[in-house]
Amino acid sequence: MLKYLFEPGFFSSGPVHTAVGVGAVVAITSAVVGVFTVTRGQSFAGHSLSDIATTGGSAAFLAGVNQFWGYLAFGAGAAAFMEMTGVQRRRGRDVATGVVLGSALGLAALFLYLGTLRSSTTGASFTILFGSVFVLTPSTVPALIASALLALAVALLLARMLLLSSLSPDIAAARGVPVRAVGAAYLMALGVSVALSAMVIGAVLSTALLIGPAATALRVTKGPVRAVAVAAAIGVAATWLGIVLAYDSYYWPPARHGWPVSFFVVTLIVGGYLLTYAHPRWRRPARRDEPDPEHACSPA
Amino acid sequence: MAELLRLDGVGVRLGGREILRDVSFTIAPGEFTGLIGPNGAGKTTLLRVILGLQPVATGAMLLNGSVGYVPQKLAIEPDTPLRVRDVVGLGLDGHKLGIRLPSRARRERVNEMLTAVGAQRYANARIGELSGGEQQRVMIAHALIARPRLLLLDEPLANLDIASVGGIVSVLARLARAEGTAVLISAHDMNPLVPVMDTIVYVASGRAAVGSTDQVVQPEVLSRLYGQHVDVLRVHGRILVVAAEETGAVPADAEHVTAAG
Repeated sequence: MLKYLFEPGFFSSGPVHTAVGVGAVVAITSAVVGVFTVTRGQSFAGHSLSDIATTGGSAAFLAGVNQFWGYLAFGAGAAAFMEMTGVQRRRGRDVATGVVLGSALGLAALFLYLGTLRSSTTGASFTILFGSVFVLTPSTVPALIASALLALAVALLLARMLLLSSLSPDIAAARGVPVRAVGAAYLMALGVSVALSAMVIGAVLSTALLIGPAATALRVTKGPVRAVAVAAAIGVAATWLGIVLAYDSYYWPPARHGWPVSFFVVTLIVGGYLLTYAHPRWRRPARRDEPDPEHACSPA
Repeated sequence: MAELLRLDGVGVRLGGREILRDVSFTIAPGEFTGLIGPNGAGKTTLLRVILGLQPVATGAMLLNGSVGYVPQKLAIEPDTPLRVRDVVGLGLDGHKLGIRLPSRARRERVNEMLTAVGAQRYANARIGELSGGEQQRVMIAHALIARPRLLLLDEPLANLDIASVGGIVSVLARLARAEGTAVLISAHDMNPLVPVMDTIVYVASGRAAVGSTDQVVQPEVLSRLYGQHVDVLRVHGRILVVAAEETGAVPADAEHVTAAG
């Protein structure tokens, strides 16, 4: 069985070792940060950051720098901008955000086009948009790991404050939690996570690794500790299985051309999410639907 | 007894509008105080002043002890990963950095609080899946687990059915007495609180009248507060505050009367 799953050379390949290691660290970070992203209702912020990170990665490519620095600078920069302008809190932000994100992707198209003209590197555009964990530059690996640990540390350090703020910002503030600063620090961790996911599955798809495992975990667990653990497990499983399948796909048609690893990772994540709707125990209603004695005769 | 809370001539302005003027009262340890008044009278603002979330324009506030707070309504999604026991636990250490290791003492303290408010039946349900009355009980446990000297509750009885109102008032009265916690509870309907209130702070038109229910809920006192003539009716043991004539100030009053009746 295992012989069929792991094609020859999988365990001896250097790029595979790097992909498996970095993939796991990034998947865990994204999943943990993602649980708070979904809980705080900031999935859209995560998506916005990934669009802007795309521009960053493209700009880095044009400038001849590793795209991670572009993702990181633009992702974290956009997070800081969002916090300062309070775009998260303002009503009617959808239109303004939509216009900004549209122009960000337009810029990305320009940078990628110009970059390709200059360096004639085929596949670079693809790597930036859709990622490839197999072509990580070894010299960036320490920076990737360090950023991941930093984002993870921020999320875990602020975990209880973030949960209390989700419950009630007023209670948190009254108990001395600097709600605004905690939100800002968390948004920076989100920006870093988006940059890391972009390296593994591409800037355009990075939200999938961030939101998918977290959303799935929130459907099958109840408490915060389990949600974080299950999200991390799903993220790592999808990333590793995606790497194995992408390696195997080298022997699939069209022969000698592997399928993109991002395709497998995202498909596995979405598949896992859809599975939660299949199991009756997890198919719980959004609100409790049996009449509740305390609720039944409440006046309007 | 040394007082726990003292408000001295507190005034609050929001966006250039005067919300509260010259509000003064004190709360002693273990005292049960009702903050009564029509919707929009400034009750929530007054609670926010005590919590330190709202600066005062005039006057001073002195607080000698820790405060627990139960907000009016949780705006929480059903998929928020917080079980009832997690919420109560956050009352102990939700303001702290880092993560904590599970401890037996902590789990027992959480269970004790859940039993005290009658919420142990749904201890493992998510907070977002509960009814309003159930959430109130959980939030009372969340607020009391850190053993505050003063518990503030913002309209905890609004939108509850009669059975839940009675249940929550008796839980509060019992816990306040058992732990010596002072309670300041806001409500637009004073009736469920009359049997347990030591003091009433009646807020209307931005000002407050303070004393026992019998002292404050009098036509002369409330007419002066509202700036128009109001009657106080006692029907079947319930108190109704009724505006004598239909004037511009009536809508808030009218709602008050509906709620009370």
